[in-house]
Amino acid sequence: MTAMIDLPVDGPAEQAPKSKNKSGGSLGKYLAIRFVLIFPTIFILVTMVFFLMRLTGDPITAALGGRLPPEQLAERIHQAGYDRPIFIQYFEYLGQMATGNFGRTISDNMLISDLLATYGTATLELAINSLIVALLIGIPFGIIAAYKRDKWEDAVSRVLAISFYATPVFFAGLLLKLVFSVWLGWLPVAGRASIPTEIFMTQIEAPTGIYWLDALRSGNMDAYWDVVQHSILPAVTLGLLTAGIFLRLVRTNVIGTLGKDYVEAGRSRGVSEYRLLTRHAFKPALIPIITVMGLQIALLLGGAVLTETTFEWKGLGFQLAQYLTARDYVAVQGIVALLAVIVALTNFIVDVIAALIDPRVRY
Amino acid sequence: METKKSLFSRLPIISQLKKSMGLQRGMLVAGIVLTVLFLLTAALAPLIAPYGATQRFDVAQGPPSSVHIWGTTAGGYDVFSRTIWGAQTAFLVIVVAVVLSIFLGVILGLLSGYIGGWLDRIMVVVADAIYAFPTLLLAMVMSIALSQGRSTVWSGILSAAISITVVFIPQYFRVIRAETIRLKAEPFVESALVVGASSVRIMARHIYKNATRTLPLIFTLNASEAILTLAGLGFLGFGIEPSTAAEWGYDLNHAQSDATAGIWWTGVFPGAAIVLTVLGLTLLGESMNDLNDPRLRGRKRSGKKIRKKNNTTQDEVVDA
Repeated sequence: MTAMIDLPVDGPAEQAPKSKNKSGGSLGKYLAIRFVLIFPTIFILVTMVFFLMRLTGDPITAALGGRLPPEQLAERIHQAGYDRPIFIQYFEYLGQMATGNFGRTISDNMLISDLLATYGTATLELAINSLIVALLIGIPFGIIAAYKRDKWEDAVSRVLAISFYATPVFFAGLLLKLVFSVWLGWLPVAGRASIPTEIFMTQIEAPTGIYWLDALRSGNMDAYWDVVQHSILPAVTLGLLTAGIFLRLVRTNVIGTLGKDYVEAGRSRGVSEYRLLTRHAFKPALIPIITVMGLQIALLLGGAVLTETTFEWKGLGFQLAQYLTARDYVAVQGIVALLAVIVALTNFIVDVIAALIDPRVRY
Repeated sequence: METKKSLFSRLPIISQLKKSMGLQRGMLVAGIVLTVLFLLTAALAPLIAPYGATQRFDVAQGPPSSVHIWGTTAGGYDVFSRTIWGAQTAFLVIVVAVVLSIFLGVILGLLSGYIGGWLDRIMVVVADAIYAFPTLLLAMVMSIALSQGRSTVWSGILSAAISITVVFIPQYFRVIRAETIRLKAEPFVESALVVGASSVRIMARHIYKNATRTLPLIFTLNASEAILTLAGLGFLGFGIEPSTAAEWGYDLNHAQSDATAGIWWTGVFPGAAIVLTVLGLTLLGESMNDLNDPRLRGRKRSGKKIRKKNNTTQDEVVDA
């Protein structure tokens, strides 16, 4: 999570100029360096997670200890190779990771990489939905707050933003469930779809795994409506969390650009206030917004774990919580490593987008 | 007399209160009130709470009544008492977590910034990697490593605090490192070098004192994040067992199924406690941050002063 400070963003971006200065001009070189920087990030996180998870002992004892007789336990530990020196296991693990093999879960013997295919799409769908909610709330309110700086509109927006941030997703989810599902009965309590729709979904040919897309392609409007109803509450819950941050971000940056000379110049030429706001002030403010948005992927993933658990939305986060309860630490380690790769890749993509939009980023 | 007055007005919150006005003052005052309320609840929990945090009753999921003013949970706990005791748990975790992360973050930041070179580069890459990763997931992994995810009161509080610490160290590290690099080039460091002060002395006396001025701000902001992380851990079933101490996140986890059945009181109260505490700390930290930054401070007062100045200069001109 990023602290809610209005300080200019340093940090990962701060590293960038140094390497850029050395490399000199072209976009290709800049992107190549950014790409290479992905690997230390993944390596560090994977190493940290590996050693932390093994600190307490081998995963088989953690998962099955007390349930199997000691001899059987020892045999399974030996078979899996967990009785060898930790460094040999570590290098073996790194080797496996390099070939894209994240290991198998202990409790249900699934390939971790298969988990990504099975549950990743659900998480992706939730992330997209919540981003739409966050942008719909964050951008307009942020622009209004900036334009009406220090007026009541600004006060309301800022208090809203802080309240969104202060509410844990599982509490927001609980309140929304209480009001819209239990009391009003408008929306379903949990899940991605009702049972008939779930069955229908398994029969679709070549599914993308993103339910509303699949339902739309199949032309079954009842299924589509069912999926949409199920996705509203989780999307709003997770969306509100990021909406607060987007709102503040848009506000701070638009205040910055509103003070620029060219906005005043536009005003004197008779450009309408609406156009001034949306074009002259908002567009240049987009670059820092996109950069920081990319950094929010970590917050979004953390929030997704909690949101999925709250709404029994069967994505990676929900699965992670299940494996945690089952004390299947190979699965936990695998999913966390997988998420590290996703975070690093997303940050890279954000860098690429920022570089393409703004030539100054890449010098 | 004068020094006394300036000392008082230089105290962190009071000086900001004086600088503030209008909306910003409102936000700051609201932050102070909520934070003080939280601190009082944490300190006076034994006096306020009618029952112990782990005391069970025969009434399960009883609605609010005169005996249990906020009702009871499925496990037979008194919701009001657990919410009050939860403040104490949260307070302890925040203090341990923030103190530890400031301590480690400041030391690492000073070393990295002052020594520079390879050490600095490696530490920055590691800090960035940790910083980019979801706080909650890392805290989760830490919590497994420390206590296998389950524990008693003190080990639970400690493991939750240490899990949060690991996540926060990079933030302090970055701020202190950046400040140290900036200060290293200042003349007073050079003069200390010329006089023959050792590196340790320069770091400990000259740079440390100057680099840590911004810390109170990060402190309040991180305290609110620490509460959210603790609650998140508790919600996923980590941290502190309900039979040993009260923790808001854990109670909210159990309240999820209650909510589906229309039982609102088990979730709403601990949830509201989290929101109000985080809101208070965030408002406090934010307004202090804004007031310390001249660009973000409300502009009316300085505007008035300028106008006054303009008036006087105009008067002078007229007089002349």
